Amino acid sequence: MEARTQNGVILTLDHVTIKFGGLVAVNDFSLDIRKGELVGLIGPNGAGKTTVFNIVTGQYTPTSGRVIFEGRDITGWRPDLIAAAGIARTFQNVRLFTGLTVLDNVLVSQHLRLKSSFLSAAFQLPDYVKEDEDARARGMDLLERVGLAGLAKEQAGSLPYGQQRRLEIARALATNPRLLLLDEPAAGMNPEETTQLMRFICRIRDEFDLTIFLIEHDMRLVMGICERIRVIDYGVSIAEGTPQEIQSNPRVIAAYLGEEED
Amino acid sequence: MERRRLHLVLTLALIAVLFLALWWADTHLGEFPLRVARTGAIYVVAAVAYNLVNGITGQFSLGPNGFMALGGYTTALLILPLQQKQFVWFLEPLMWPFNSFSFPGYLFGLAVLLGGVMGALGALLVGIPSFRLRGDYLAIATFGFGEIIFVLANNLIPLTNGPLGMKGIPEYANVYWCFGAAVVATLVVSNIANSSYGRAMKAIRDDEIAAEAMGVNVFRTKMLAFVTSGFFGGVAGGLLVSLITTISPTLFTFGMTFNLLIIIVLGGLGSITGSVITGFGFALMSELLRVVEAPINIGPIHIPGVPGMRMVVFSVLLILLMIFYRRGLFGQFELSWDWVLSVLRVTRGVREWKRERKTESS
Repeated sequence: MEARTQNGVILTLDHVTIKFGGLVAVNDFSLDIRKGELVGLIGPNGAGKTTVFNIVTGQYTPTSGRVIFEGRDITGWRPDLIAAAGIARTFQNVRLFTGLTVLDNVLVSQHLRLKSSFLSAAFQLPDYVKEDEDARARGMDLLERVGLAGLAKEQAGSLPYGQQRRLEIARALATNPRLLLLDEPAAGMNPEETTQLMRFICRIRDEFDLTIFLIEHDMRLVMGICERIRVIDYGVSIAEGTPQEIQSNPRVIAAYLGEEED
Repeated sequence: MERRRLHLVLTLALIAVLFLALWWADTHLGEFPLRVARTGAIYVVAAVAYNLVNGITGQFSLGPNGFMALGGYTTALLILPLQQKQFVWFLEPLMWPFNSFSFPGYLFGLAVLLGGVMGALGALLVGIPSFRLRGDYLAIATFGFGEIIFVLANNLIPLTNGPLGMKGIPEYANVYWCFGAAVVATLVVSNIANSSYGRAMKAIRDDEIAAEAMGVNVFRTKMLAFVTSGFFGGVAGGLLVSLITTISPTLFTFGMTFNLLIIIVLGGLGSITGSVITGFGFALMSELLRVVEAPINIGPIHIPGVPGMRMVVFSVLLILLMIFYRRGLFGQFELSWDWVLSVLRVTRGVREWKRERKTESS
């Protein structure tokens, strides 16, 4: 019992299937992620990795199967409610609020915890003003911790690409998640930036007490930081294991490189 | 906290100055310039509210004429004197309860407020189904709403007197009412835009999917913007009918929405400052451009007066703007105390720097 609470499962995907018309994008996908783990999801293009993320965060409702987060069945919940429950994500193509400042991007993620009413905000009543100042302080504190404080007043859209990626992670962290989903965080980065990113991901996991589930094509990153890797192809799980096991798995090699014909 | 207090004091001082100026204008200026100013202030109320939906939340609504009509008819029914009511409804009697009372002048504020409430209710009603739609569909649904209100106004004769409308509405909407409403609308909308709710609205404008994933309740946030906008639309409608003292369905056709659209696009979608300035600018231009609607003689060529020629000018202006200056006059710029103070500080800094240089060289 002791071991179970320590290694408690935070997210369960229970036989999840999603069909778009005749296409089965994800087929009978099951996965347990334990608290504090860093799990990678890899697979060739079009394998259904992002679809799995979209199911977890509520953008899609699975055709069948259940998603259980911290013991609660969250299948079919609205994305904003899932965010409030403690799951945050980043996107494959950076999706920042480009017209807002860096600080405001982070503050949007704190909106879900706002208690003051709309009228209180419209007339700047003391309870709202107090809450807003607290939110700003928390936002600045977060930017400080991810190294973006100096850019707080810049427009998010004007940041260089690497910083935008970092801001997207910061924005997700601002929702106070316990589970963080990163969709190809290293896409478009050079090796130097990727190394920095790897350190950054490990650091935030410890500092923010997170469980991380990530999709990545950059094998150096995946093999370097993931403790456990799941491989999918055509919406079906084909392998799972430690980085070493995955690297030598013949089915994975076949999926990536194609099978030899006798 | 210190900064907030400074801004509050500056804002109050500015409002005091504005009302002193209005008092001066009211006692010294003639009827015509005051009328233009009042019309401008009413446009500001409606445009600032409309901008909250179209500019700040990024939802393309075409319905403000409907909300203004709701507010306009509500206020008109409440303040039209009983004697006038009997005189106006000669085909069919006015329905109960409006045939039994009339607000006295000192309740004009309440009548306008109730007009706003009707506008907000209308927005609530049309918003609930409409915000399940996105993009063009929302525009079509809200456009349809405006048309429905127009048809109802034409046919609900016991309530609206149909196409004949009402006349002899008391002219309570003086400069203080109109500018008071403009100040309140501008302050409330800019407070909202700068608040956490406003950030959520702008987040929806920039990327709805990301906003939802970061925990923003998209439907609720859009509704808040839309209902606020409906409220101030209703207020603007109520003030407008009391300004021009008549009301008929044609006052609130799609042309009204088109005027407001010109104002907010010209000023810059999402810029409240822009809406305020172009709101007044539009009222002024509408009067100045009456010249183009009069018959013109250029040498031997005689051009007869064409009513509606002003709209041609505005349309051309809008087209030129879309080609050369797509973000409007102000883009998303906002005039804020922080900005004003920083400009003052910079100019003071430059002056001091020049003085230092002068003393060094001498």
